[in-house]
Amino acid sequence: MNAVVTANGLSKRYKNAIALDNVSFDIQPGRIVGLIGPNGAGKTTALKAILGLTDFQGRLDVLGLDPRSQRDKLMEEVCFIADVAVLPRWIRVREAIDFVANVHPRFNRAKCEAFLARTKLTPDMRVRQMSKGMIVQLHLALVMAIDAKLLVLDEPTLGLDILYRKQFYQSLLEEYFDDNKTIIVTTHQVEEIEHILTDLMFIRDGKIVLNTDMEAMGDRFAEVMVSADMAATARQLNPLDERQVFGKSIFLFDGVDHSRLQTLGEVRRPSVSDLFVATMKGTYA
Amino acid sequence: MKTLYWLVKREFWEHRGGFFWAPVITGVVFLILNLMGIVAGEMFGLHHGITIGYSPHGDNSIAAMIESIKANHMQDVGSTLDVVMLSSSFLISVVFSFVVFFYCLGALYDDRRDRSFLFWKSLPISDSATVISKVITATLAAPVVAVVSGVLTGIAMLLMFAIALSFHGVSVWSLLMLAHPVQVTATLIGSIPMYLIWALPTVGWLMFCSAWAKSKPFLWAVIVPVGVGIVISWFNVLGSMDVQNTWYWRNVFVRSLFSVFPGGWFHIAAEHQFGPDAQPTAQNIADFFSLSNSYAALASPNVWIGAVLGLAMLAGAIWFRRWRDDS
Repeated sequence: MNAVVTANGLSKRYKNAIALDNVSFDIQPGRIVGLIGPNGAGKTTALKAILGLTDFQGRLDVLGLDPRSQRDKLMEEVCFIADVAVLPRWIRVREAIDFVANVHPRFNRAKCEAFLARTKLTPDMRVRQMSKGMIVQLHLALVMAIDAKLLVLDEPTLGLDILYRKQFYQSLLEEYFDDNKTIIVTTHQVEEIEHILTDLMFIRDGKIVLNTDMEAMGDRFAEVMVSADMAATARQLNPLDERQVFGKSIFLFDGVDHSRLQTLGEVRRPSVSDLFVATMKGTYA
Repeated sequence: MKTLYWLVKREFWEHRGGFFWAPVITGVVFLILNLMGIVAGEMFGLHHGITIGYSPHGDNSIAAMIESIKANHMQDVGSTLDVVMLSSSFLISVVFSFVVFFYCLGALYDDRRDRSFLFWKSLPISDSATVISKVITATLAAPVVAVVSGVLTGIAMLLMFAIALSFHGVSVWSLLMLAHPVQVTATLIGSIPMYLIWALPTVGWLMFCSAWAKSKPFLWAVIVPVGVGIVISWFNVLGSMDVQNTWYWRNVFVRSLFSVFPGGWFHIAAEHQFGPDAQPTAQNIADFFSLSNSYAALASPNVWIGAVLGLAMLAGAIWFRRWRDDS
């Protein structure tokens, strides 16, 4: 199958910083890709390039279109939620639905209304009267009713409480996502999306430092809990990271044979957040 | 076309206060002030035992009107009534102009400031459609609302005067028949295309600033033309450069900032129609505001050069709308 996004030598330079440094990657359909990186690593720039919101050097192909020159066409197939609270504050629920229904050829009004029926939102409510969580509910209802091939989410749950955050990703998984759709999501709340991701991309200083699917990630990386007497042996295997818990050491290994690690102690699949912290060591130093 | 219709509708949703309520409230306030004037006039007449009507328009008193009827200047009476009707539209158009001015300044800036442009940009709408819809809103849709409220206010005012006069035994209904409300309305509506052409340089310049400015579009929109004018004037004072600074102020400064005020084209048209020593009679004034006089301004290259420059600036606004990167 054709890739949804293909980037080749993607670069973007701002006045005094490099946001993207010759990045290449591709994203296959039917995946949920987590684009994860520290603040200022270039995540948002990469997403903006994909959405045709910014200029860049290099080649980028989204659904067979160039986001720079064919953006209007591209936006029929691509949807995005950029941050929370970007809905205009004056708009009413009714007006938002009417507007999108009449300008978007792939919008399903019934689906949107069905989703809103399960919230506390009423048609006459204005965005300025809503809480942050309600704004996201409205935005999600609008976006989920659009039959897009690619959905881009840039920190979609920033500043929401845990109830809204859980509901957000649950709705997305249960009612929106299917094999024909692709989702790219960036967030700092890695733990919460870990279980829904199929692919993982770490970005640091404008470079992709890790690009793997979740299965391969489990094969490649391993976390081992080692008792004190074995710690020295474990250190000889060049662990990525080491931390102490209850008098035991937890080591994170990259590419070490699992059967060998099992002799050291209990082997687990590392969490994305632990892997992230280990990979990004020294970013702000 | 459908997208464009909904885009214009969106502008009205957002700016209901400016485009709808402002002219309506202005009209109502205008009527209330006139009513107060009529009542005050009646009371004044009652207290002094004389029946001199009062009109807020100075010399057009009832007495004068009756006099002119007696003198069989029926034509003049009708024209006077037309001017009375136009006066409400005049006031509303002043308010309307301010609304359009600030609307254009904010049109491509406000949604960047509150980041809601990211939502609009997530929909399959081209940036040219967005900008064009805003131009249509400012130069066609909003003027229609202003004209309608102006005409309704004007008619209400004529009726108000008619009723007040009927208390004095003047047969106003026949008098009112002398007015030309339909013609006045047609003139106002017919002027809207002229307004579009005339307002283009200001709308273009303001929207250009609105799309381009990273902050404070108002300051940029005003400071640039004022600054250029001051520099030109300064060189003139020094005498080192022979630049016509009055030409600049009249043709660049005024056209780039004040062309959203309707009727600005009349001074150009007037040069074609009337000599400098024409007497300002009511008939004259009514003629002055006629459609043919309006469109006589089209003979002047000033109008067309302004329109072309306005379109060029709108093209610039579309480009900035597309590529302005706000992070």
